[in-house]
Amino acid sequence: MSSGDLWIGETGVRMAKCPCRAWIALGVVAAAMAVPGAAQRDVAARLPGTPASHWAFRPIRRSPHPRTPAGNPSHAREQVVPHPISRAPAGLPARASGHPVDRFVAARLAREGLTLSPPADRATLIRRVTLDLIGLPPTPAEVEAFLHDVRQDAYERVVDRLLASPHYGERWARPWLDLCHYADSDGYLTDQLRPHAWRYRQWVVDALNRDLPFDQFTLRQLAGDLLPHATLDDQTGTGFLRQTLSNREGGADLEEYRVEQVADRVAMVGATWLGLTVGCARCHDHKYDPISQREYYALYAYFDSTEEVNVDAPLADEGELYRAALPDYRRKRAEILAPVRDLAAALQARWEERLREAADHPGRDATWDRQWEVLGLVWGGNQGEGQLEGCALVQTPPGERTPDEAARLQDYFLKHGALTDPEAFRRGALAEVSKKLEELRKALPKVSRVPVVRGGRRPRPTRIHVRGDFRTPGDPVQAGTPRCLPPPPPGAPRDRLTLARWLVAPENPLTARVVVNRAWQELFGRGLVATSEDFGVRGDRPTHPELLDWLAAVFSSPAISPATGRAAPSPPTDRSEEPRARARPPGSVDSSTTQLPCALGWSFKRLHRLLVTSAAYRQSSRLRPELARRDPQNRLLARQASLRLSAEGIRDATLAVSGLLNPRVGGPSVFPPQPESVVKEGYENHWPTSSGPDRYRRGLYTWQQRLSPYAQNVLFDAPDLSRICTRRTRSNSSLQALTLLNDGVYFEAARALGARLLREAPGAPGVRLEHAFRLCLGRPPRPAERERLLAYLGRHAALLNENPAAIEKWCAPGVPPDQRHEAAIWAGAGSVLLNLHEFITRD
Amino acid sequence: MERLQRHQVQTRRRFLSESACGLGMTALSTLLAKDAPAATAPPRPLAARPSHFPARARNVIFLFMAGAPSHLDLFDPKPRLRELHGQPVPPSFLEGLPDPVIKASARVMNTPRTFTRHGRCGMEFSDYLPHLAGCADDLCMVRSLWTTSANHDPGQLLMNCGTVQFGHPAMGAWVAYGLGSAADDLPAFVVMLSNSGLGLDGGAALWSSGFLPSVYRGVTLRSQGDPILHLSSPEGVTRPMQQARIETLRDLNRLRQDETGDAEIASRMEAYELAFRMQVSAPELMDLSRETEPTRRAYGLDREKTRWFGTHCLLARRMVERGVRFVQLYHTTWDDHSDLNRRLQTNCEMTDQPAAALLQDLKQRGLLDDTLVIWGGEFGRTPMNEFRRGVNPGKEGRDHHPYGFTMLLAGGGIPGGRVLGATDDLGYHAVSDRIHVHDLQATLLHLLGLDHTRLTYRHQGRDFRLTDVGGRVVEGLLRA
Repeated sequence: MSSGDLWIGETGVRMAKCPCRAWIALGVVAAAMAVPGAAQRDVAARLPGTPASHWAFRPIRRSPHPRTPAGNPSHAREQVVPHPISRAPAGLPARASGHPVDRFVAARLAREGLTLSPPADRATLIRRVTLDLIGLPPTPAEVEAFLHDVRQDAYERVVDRLLASPHYGERWARPWLDLCHYADSDGYLTDQLRPHAWRYRQWVVDALNRDLPFDQFTLRQLAGDLLPHATLDDQTGTGFLRQTLSNREGGADLEEYRVEQVADRVAMVGATWLGLTVGCARCHDHKYDPISQREYYALYAYFDSTEEVNVDAPLADEGELYRAALPDYRRKRAEILAPVRDLAAALQARWEERLREAADHPGRDATWDRQWEVLGLVWGGNQGEGQLEGCALVQTPPGERTPDEAARLQDYFLKHGALTDPEAFRRGALAEVSKKLEELRKALPKVSRVPVVRGGRRPRPTRIHVRGDFRTPGDPVQAGTPRCLPPPPPGAPRDRLTLARWLVAPENPLTARVVVNRAWQELFGRGLVATSEDFGVRGDRPTHPELLDWLAAVFSSPAISPATGRAAPSPPTDRSEEPRARARPPGSVDSSTTQLPCALGWSFKRLHRLLVTSAAYRQSSRLRPELARRDPQNRLLARQASLRLSAEGIRDATLAVSGLLNPRVGGPSVFPPQPESVVKEGYENHWPTSSGPDRYRRGLYTWQQRLSPYAQNVLFDAPDLSRICTRRTRSNSSLQALTLLNDGVYFEAARALGARLLREAPGAPGVRLEHAFRLCLGRPPRPAERERLLAYLGRHAALLNENPAAIEKWCAPGVPPDQRHEAAIWAGAGSVLLNLHEFITRD
Repeated sequence: MERLQRHQVQTRRRFLSESACGLGMTALSTLLAKDAPAATAPPRPLAARPSHFPARARNVIFLFMAGAPSHLDLFDPKPRLRELHGQPVPPSFLEGLPDPVIKASARVMNTPRTFTRHGRCGMEFSDYLPHLAGCADDLCMVRSLWTTSANHDPGQLLMNCGTVQFGHPAMGAWVAYGLGSAADDLPAFVVMLSNSGLGLDGGAALWSSGFLPSVYRGVTLRSQGDPILHLSSPEGVTRPMQQARIETLRDLNRLRQDETGDAEIASRMEAYELAFRMQVSAPELMDLSRETEPTRRAYGLDREKTRWFGTHCLLARRMVERGVRFVQLYHTTWDDHSDLNRRLQTNCEMTDQPAAALLQDLKQRGLLDDTLVIWGGEFGRTPMNEFRRGVNPGKEGRDHHPYGFTMLLAGGGIPGGRVLGATDDLGYHAVSDRIHVHDLQATLLHLLGLDHTRLTYRHQGRDFRLTDVGGRVVEGLLRA
């Protein structure tokens, strides 16, 4: 194992020699090097920190929350003291000490002789919770209303308003899409377009907005196609599995990249639901976690026969036109084909025969090898269709093809199949026929298609890939789940639906923990398990294990019916109940969640509500010098966190406060302006800059081109579009500064903000400045800030006077001539505020 | 302005004092600890940091020849090609190879190029590279590189990021992470793209920071338009206006920092000030008017064909002078599947003179000793012909070839005037002194004073490094 030569074929996969020393130290190296599939369980059982003892594999403890810590009776009362900055008359934290989350947090702090920080002032709190729940800053009116709302439940009312907002789904879709590395292009060399990918994004936003319970959310994304009576909506959920990359580069080995897709899906499931780096077991048994290579391929087998297809899914304005035109289209198509029907059919049969031979016996005939490869590379390109569908159709007996499949394969054959018999093609003028069909197709009203998956017609027997190389198949394996976790019900079919149900089964110790942990991470800046992608042996331990378990337990428990106080029927694991019937309308979250016992029925909205109503969430984020040494990373949660907004969040907040934001929810991706040079970095130079209101959509809707991603996203830590991401980093760089100062998008926003200030706050500069602060920061300026900005405005005005030509550049379009100078001055104030650290930070 | 400069000094002092305690120190010491298994981002991510051991090289200039130039037509003469021209490849060369790489129709193809010996060392070059040939005594020609991917995208990823997968940091990002920046007012890792009109296969992933903080990402510097993204102030924003904005921001941010005590605000202020300085320093960097006429001519700035790459090469020297650690130049049109002879000539004409001028210029200025220069692509090309668009005599090309290819190295502690390693007599497989891409990367880090097994980053439960799980320092490269 010491040589560097454990290379495996052409895949570039090298047998990871990972830290073998650790294994030697554990005395298990011999077992680790055993033949794949050999009895690894014993190894796992002997390793310290594996299933028997590792915390994450143990069942979730459904214990009651702790009482207010004994021996520290003053603790809870401390929080009742209103923060001096708070102008709130209402006793915000009065009930906070009774909040279950706080009991866990306070108990932990009490052990260290610490307490929570005082509550954040109301202005900070509403900005925090608004940014956290809908990803946009609160309006001045919303802040004012909250500051003056004396009702006991003023805060809960704000929370419920936000949970009912359609922007809630947009904000929470973003981290979910990071998990499956959503994008609008294929990736790899040619990085072709996927014009319909957004339909899955839309599905996620809608599902979150209607609070589709997480178990149902899971079933649809992993197996929506397998649900009884699957609807188009159910299938659309499987778009999760379509976010894998497609390699259409000439010469790419079709099987190699199909295998990559399957492996990517396994990794997604591992990270998203299990919080495990299962991919480590692709080439060898996992070095740390109890997942053998055999178990990896058992998970792999769930996805091995899955096929990528697109299905017709007309948008509202498409369906009728399309359906109306269809009979005529079919008739004309038949007319065009009639004269050549027999000839074309005979040639196509031969063409398919040659292709099948090439597929079965590669290397015999280079020409047909190439034809087979091309079929897999070009099929449905730039339309985001499943690239191997054509190959699969050729291998499907004609009688089993749907009419639509048969027609599309025929189209392909007529266009690309001349090699079968060039002379006969000429004789039948099949190229002309193909052209006519293409024209006919173009005349047919457009219909959108959504990318989905389905079980393949021909089940693919899965074998272990020895050392991770698909060219060296090992033992056959059946689909199954890792032994360190409770198994699916005996006799359940070995399909994706079973896998999905297993993931959300009450016995599964990982899913609920992993999911509530990510919610916590979004709201506190760091998960209770900091390594939200890795709950395995090498991951961080939870800082608050009892809290994590309690949250996981209540999140996954069947919802309590408010009417009866008893548990609602357990969540259906199939379609025996309509999901819509179970989905709650927006805003209908009941307020019983702060009473006990909690049971959230897999509801994200209830979970988020539970978390943001805690005093732990509502406390101030101010640094406490006495904690700097004891708990520099704030693991104990003695304060909230100050977090820089995400790439999309900065864009959204900037557009919102400047008044430019187009708040439309949903729809295809858009192309906000960006420098030409960025677009040229990729192979596919595709960036038709949007015009009109589409320039000002939220960052979620920006077109995601894998090889040349939107520049601002990259600079502000949006993850690589080809890689699973469970948590983003937050960096701070001078290129970010250049962007916020100079990027046309941000300068335009500054100008728009200047004009808005003029429009909305006529009168004295001080008044206008106050409005500017309220818009951007949700608070009035402090005297020193006011003074400094007024001085700046004077200086800026003087510089504009020296350089009158600049006035037009600083002034937003559409401002009346007599106000343009003033608007240019205030654009300066706008640009300063939009660049403030505080503006791009949620405190 | 004076006020701003004074403040910069203060800010730096403040940083130094802040990073000398608490969390900052912990993370920093983790990064530098001898046996530290992994590290997180240091508190001041671009502050200069000491290397693991004394370095031979301070800077790297990587002239990346994307698309893969043919080693057989430029560097590695093989008389056997002539003997076997037009015949199938003898099966002995193909034993154990998987099928996708070899096309059944492929026949051995001779090179029409002539090779001659150059320099005191007598290094062989083809007639297409007369200028680089003139640098033979400064070059170490490595003929025994091999890689594990025969597709551009994964091959380029492997060469740049050490893995065929997306989402890993590029070499330059690793170096910036390991050593910080030595430039006061320029980025640590800069990338320049050719204007071939074609994009680059691996795209921005090739200079990605991957899972490292994005501050380590390669900054693309463009020789036309804004050299750095959003470097220019918007139209209508004069320098004094920009300065007024930045000073106001600084003061308001500082008020906030005084109120909250949040150290992140201080680093935000520093970022803005570096941005403001870059607005001056980057255009100064790009301004080649002060370069002498002979220098400009040497780089080929006076000729259409060489102007683009020559400009980039000259800028590379200027960046190295200003402390930029890792400069990567891309020339992207070497993928000669057909019409190889003519296309190869064009690419050589575009790049040969500028690359040689860079070496000579660095040497003359005493910069070559601590600047490692690398020339090469992601793999080589087949000894066999290829017909992409039907048989077309005289227009043959060569296919992708991962098993043996050539790269050039110079400076940075690598003794020149040597050929290292060899391929078999068809130029098919590297057979002696085989050097895998990871070995090259390990050696590069070694020259910079970094141990490739210790430069790690904890991500998803694993300590990742540039060389994945492989790589060894190639002693033969370090010593003559």
